[in-house]
Amino acid sequence: MSALRRLRRNFVVLAGLGTLAYLVLPNVIVTVFSFNKPNGRFNYEWQRFSTDAWTDPCGVADLCGSLSLSLRIAVWATIGATVLGTMIAFALARYRFRARSAVSTLIFLPMAMPEVVMAASLATLFLNMGISFGFWTILIAHVMFCLSFVVTAVKARVMSMDPRLEQAAQDLYATPLQTFLRVTLPIAAPGIAAGALLSFALSFDDFIITNFNAGSTVTFPMFVWGAAQRGTPVQINVIGTAMFAIAVLCVLVGQLVGRRKRRS
Amino acid sequence: MTTSTAPAPETPATPPAVARAARRRRRVPYWLLLPGILWLLVFFAAPLVYQASTSVQTGSLEEGFKVTWHFATYADALSEYYPQFLRSVAYAATATVLCLVLGYPLAYLIAFKAGRWRNLLMILVIAPFFTSFLIRTLAWKTILSDNGLVVSTLNSLHVLDVTGALGVTEGHRVLATPLAVVCGLTYNFLPFMILPLYTSLERIDPRLHEAAGDLYARPVTTFRKVTFPLSMPGVVAGTLLTFIPAAGDYINAELLGSTDQKMIGNVIQSQFLRVLDYPTAAALSFILMAAILAMVTVYIRKSGTEDLV
Repeated sequence: MSALRRLRRNFVVLAGLGTLAYLVLPNVIVTVFSFNKPNGRFNYEWQRFSTDAWTDPCGVADLCGSLSLSLRIAVWATIGATVLGTMIAFALARYRFRARSAVSTLIFLPMAMPEVVMAASLATLFLNMGISFGFWTILIAHVMFCLSFVVTAVKARVMSMDPRLEQAAQDLYATPLQTFLRVTLPIAAPGIAAGALLSFALSFDDFIITNFNAGSTVTFPMFVWGAAQRGTPVQINVIGTAMFAIAVLCVLVGQLVGRRKRRS
Repeated sequence: MTTSTAPAPETPATPPAVARAARRRRRVPYWLLLPGILWLLVFFAAPLVYQASTSVQTGSLEEGFKVTWHFATYADALSEYYPQFLRSVAYAATATVLCLVLGYPLAYLIAFKAGRWRNLLMILVIAPFFTSFLIRTLAWKTILSDNGLVVSTLNSLHVLDVTGALGVTEGHRVLATPLAVVCGLTYNFLPFMILPLYTSLERIDPRLHEAAGDLYARPVTTFRKVTFPLSMPGVVAGTLLTFIPAAGDYINAELLGSTDQKMIGNVIQSQFLRVLDYPTAAALSFILMAAILAMVTVYIRKSGTEDLV
């Protein structure tokens, strides 16, 4: 009995760690190959150690331009989607109104639709309207597909919040605006932050929808896609590694801050 | 997502000022909804209608396209590209099953066994999200390269002979075979499986495990009768979040496969962006959308978790 149980426990741990290795392995490869000095145009085979790419991360034409474009789009898309999505989430969580289920369906559908379908149909609309592709079409598309994720994240948080807190604030003669700013918003903040973070990640990394709606504008994922055909500079790996490091660092700092707050 | 509404504000029939305030309050949700819903209607719903109309148009780039109710586009598209449709469904389904098989132990590990390592493991699951997934997919080209460690190990163990006989690999290599594409799809959508699984596993009261053990259930029985059924919402959400994007994906097939592994996403992309045959691209994506919505609806009904939506 106990031998069987131990075996099973080890099986779950081993299988889980195996999956984790499968998930993390590509990141390890990306990091290791950021120190490679490839012979040809493609950075797929290990040749020899070099820090050339790290000392000159923008040494490839258009790479850093595409990166800064992606960052700008991600920031604006995050702001847009977070504001619009939070408003919808509050309406859904706090009010009764007609067409409620239609609204819920409209929020759910973009998440249940393959990206390529949304991408092709939105591009069809832009083509028909004679709108030229570029920064604005990308931004419009990104706000569109990030919106539903923000609504989901914020709604979950607002619904789990005790409505009596707001009533208490009003009993204490807080105006509706004060109640919202001092009580509601702080409690909803983690949900809003989660939605914003998710929007940023989704927008920054989006390829399929951008591919259809960018025209000749090149975001960072589009640059990588093109590089996969023309030749992959080592600098791509440098940026990939740096992004990974920054993300892990942010999460760790956030955790530490959170732990200290809880302790005090 | 369940929808339970907070009680509507009570509106006592008293002074006109109060009544006016109540009326204003009743209008609040519509103002809150207006900009976001308008955005979705114009840039999500309207394009789908446009798409439907484009799919029955004929014409050329030079002369423009006109609605001629040319439904033959659908028949032509299906008869020409049904292999890619079937392949997409097969690859996506295989990747989904693999994600479930690989993801479940990890989600279980994080939910029940990780202890103080829980947060670190969660970070490791989520962090890859923040490296562009195109770069990570390209890394698989290195991992699976013909003279790489993985392929030579698989060759010396004669695994590739077996998979070659089964038709999922070809010529003692992995890249440019169905195996590579499915491997890439599985990798890319694994976190989408793990997160909902973890969420539903974490909600399970560990005392239920103890109770099952006290009632002489063997661990396997406990898992089969208690843990797995309780994690069903996560399983359903995870399989949907994996299958839907995987079925429409064209990145893995493009980067890791050859022309023999093209999926329906590749066809739509090249019809739209290279061939510029908009009606065919529209018809194909309409079929894909309808097929997926139908499958999802049936699946949600069957699995009895309608409160998911």
